Amino acid sequence: MKVLEGLYYSKDHEWVKVEGDKVYIGITDYAQHSLGNIVYVELPEVGSELSAGDVLGVVESVKAASDVYTPVDIKVLEVNNSLVEDPSLINNDPYGSWMVIAELKDKSQLDKLMKADEYRKFLEEE
Amino acid sequence: MLKEYESLIFELSKEGKKAYTLPPLDVEEKPLEDMLPKEMLREKEVDLPEVSEVDVIRHYTLLSQKNYGVDIGFYPLGSCTMKYNPKINEDMASLPGFTELHPYQPEETVQGALKLMYELEKALCEITGMDRFSLHPAAGAHGELTGLMIIKAYHEHRNDKKRKKIIVPDSAHGTNPASAAVAGFDVIEIKSNKEGAIDLEALKAVLNDEVAGLMLTNPSTLGLFEENIVEIARLVHEAGGLLYYDGANLNAIMGISRPGDMGFDVVHLNLHKTFSTPHGGGGPGSGPVGVKKELADFLPVPTVEEKDGRYFLDYDRPLSIGKVRSFYGNFNVMIKAYSYILTMGAEGLKRASELAVLNANYLKEKLKGYYKVAVDKTCMHEFVLAGLAEKSGDVRTLDVAKRLIDYGFHPPTIYFPLIVEEALMIEPTETETKETLDAFAETLIKIAKEAKENPELLKEAPHNTPVRRLDEVLAARNPVIRWTK
Repeated sequence: MKVLEGLYYSKDHEWVKVEGDKVYIGITDYAQHSLGNIVYVELPEVGSELSAGDVLGVVESVKAASDVYTPVDIKVLEVNNSLVEDPSLINNDPYGSWMVIAELKDKSQLDKLMKADEYRKFLEEE
Repeated sequence: MLKEYESLIFELSKEGKKAYTLPPLDVEEKPLEDMLPKEMLREKEVDLPEVSEVDVIRHYTLLSQKNYGVDIGFYPLGSCTMKYNPKINEDMASLPGFTELHPYQPEETVQGALKLMYELEKALCEITGMDRFSLHPAAGAHGELTGLMIIKAYHEHRNDKKRKKIIVPDSAHGTNPASAAVAGFDVIEIKSNKEGAIDLEALKAVLNDEVAGLMLTNPSTLGLFEENIVEIARLVHEAGGLLYYDGANLNAIMGISRPGDMGFDVVHLNLHKTFSTPHGGGGPGSGPVGVKKELADFLPVPTVEEKDGRYFLDYDRPLSIGKVRSFYGNFNVMIKAYSYILTMGAEGLKRASELAVLNANYLKEKLKGYYKVAVDKTCMHEFVLAGLAEKSGDVRTLDVAKRLIDYGFHPPTIYFPLIVEEALMIEPTETETKETLDAFAETLIKIAKEAKENPELLKEAPHNTPVRRLDEVLAARNPVIRWTK
C-alpha cells in the first residue's frame, strides 16, 4: 500500500498535504483499496467551516458508503468537482485526488496527525 | 423456448400489433382536443410497446420463470429471514370476507377485520413484551422512521428539546442511520468491540443530555446475543435516552427472551421476515411498531380499540404523531402473520427460534475450517464468515457468492456487516431440512476446493445463468435507468 512522504495522515485514513496556510485533503491508498471501486463522491460546500472530526464528504463504493472526516479545523476554499464526475480518479491516484483545498485554522493540530513512517506502522497493525 | 421472447417487451413491439379488439364505434368519434383543454394534452404519443396478447403472456411468463424464491430453493440471505411461508397463510388472506372489503366500509360491517388487527396487536405485544403496537408502517425502514418520530415526539412533549442525537453502532443495518437522519436527528456512530457488540466505554463516551436514543438489534448483526443489554439499557436510560429495537433479528429469540424485558422502549418488527409473509421484490411488507405504555399516546392514528365486544378505530389521540400510511397499513400481510402466529402457537414460535439457532450453528460448525468464522462462538439464528480460510489468488467472497448461483443456491448476504472483511452472512432459518443444510455446506466446501484448484471457475461465475457476471461498478457509475430506442 502506497504511503507518501511529506504528508500527514489520520487514523481514519485521510491524508493532509500542507502548502503554506493551505491544506489539501484526500483519502489514502489504503482507504481506496479497502473500499474497492468508488462509484460516488460527495463534497462539502465551498466556504463551509469545519472542525476536526466533522464530516468532510462521502465516498461510496459498490461495497459500502463511508464518511470522510476532516482531520483538522478548516475553511473550505475549493472542492474537486472532477471527482464527482469521475469517482474512479480516487482509485487510480488517491494522493493526486484531493477532495478539498482549505484554509488551515490551527497549525498545531498537525502535530496530532501521523507522519508517513508512523502511518506505515499503523497500517501494519490494522 | 422462443428466443425472441427473451428480449425486452419494447423490443418485441411491432407497429399496429394489438392485445385487444374493440367493437367498432357506434357514436361519432370526437377529437381529444374538443374534450380536454390543450394544456392537458400530451405533445407526443406515449411510446408504449405494441404487442399481441400472446406476446405479453409469453414474455412475462418466461420472465417469471427466471425468478428465484423460497418456493424454489434455499435462500440463506443473512439478516433477511427468508423462511418458508406456509400456504395456509395465503388461504386465509384469500378469504372473500377479507379480499372483498373496502376500507371506507362502516365499522359495524368490518368487525372481523378489526378484531384481527386487535388480536394481532395483542399477540405482538406478548411476543415482544411491549404494551401497544401500531400496525401501520409498510415495512421495516418505515417502522424505524415511525419509531424515531415517536421518540422525538416523546422528548418534545416533555419539553426536552436538546435531544437531537441518535446513537447507532457501526455494525448496524444501514437503514438505522438513514432513518435517524430522515427523522431529523444527528447520527452518532460508535465503534463495536471485536465481537460486534456494543463497546460500553465507547457508549459511555457519547451519552449525554443531547442523546434522544440508541438503536440496536439483538442478536447483533454478527448473530451474537448482546450480553450486556441490561447494562446498556441502564446507561441509556440514566442519560435520559430511549432504547430502540431493530426487529430484524427477532427470529432468534421468540418465546425465549423479549425486547420489552431487556429494556427496549420502542421496537419495530418485520412481519415479512419473522412472521412468514412473503418478501423481497418490493413487498408488500409490514413493519409494526411497538412501544412501552409511556409512549403509547404518540402512536400513529388510528388505533384499533375494543369496547363491550365491539371493535372501532380510534382517531381521538391528541398526542399522536399522526398518520404514517394511508388507511390501516398492509392489511393482507397482517392476515398472513396472524395466521402464522395462530398456526404455530406459543410453543411453536419458541420451537421455530430454537431450530433457527440450531440450524445456524450446525452450518457454522460444518463450514469452519474451510471458511474463516468472524467470531467463533455459539451463534444465534445466523453467523458471519470472513471469507475463505485459505487465500487463493484474488478469489474473494464475491466470487464464492457468484459460484453458489451455479449450484442453484441463492447466495448469502455478502460484505455485511461492514465491520467484517469479506463477510458472508448466512441465515438458514428453521424451515430448512438437514438434507438441504448438508447439500449447501457440501457445495460451499466444494467451492472452497475449486478456489484452490481452479480459481478461474469462481472468477468467471456464474456460468449457468441467463446473464453472466454483471459489472456492478459500471452499473453504479453509469446507470442506465431508462430504456430508449
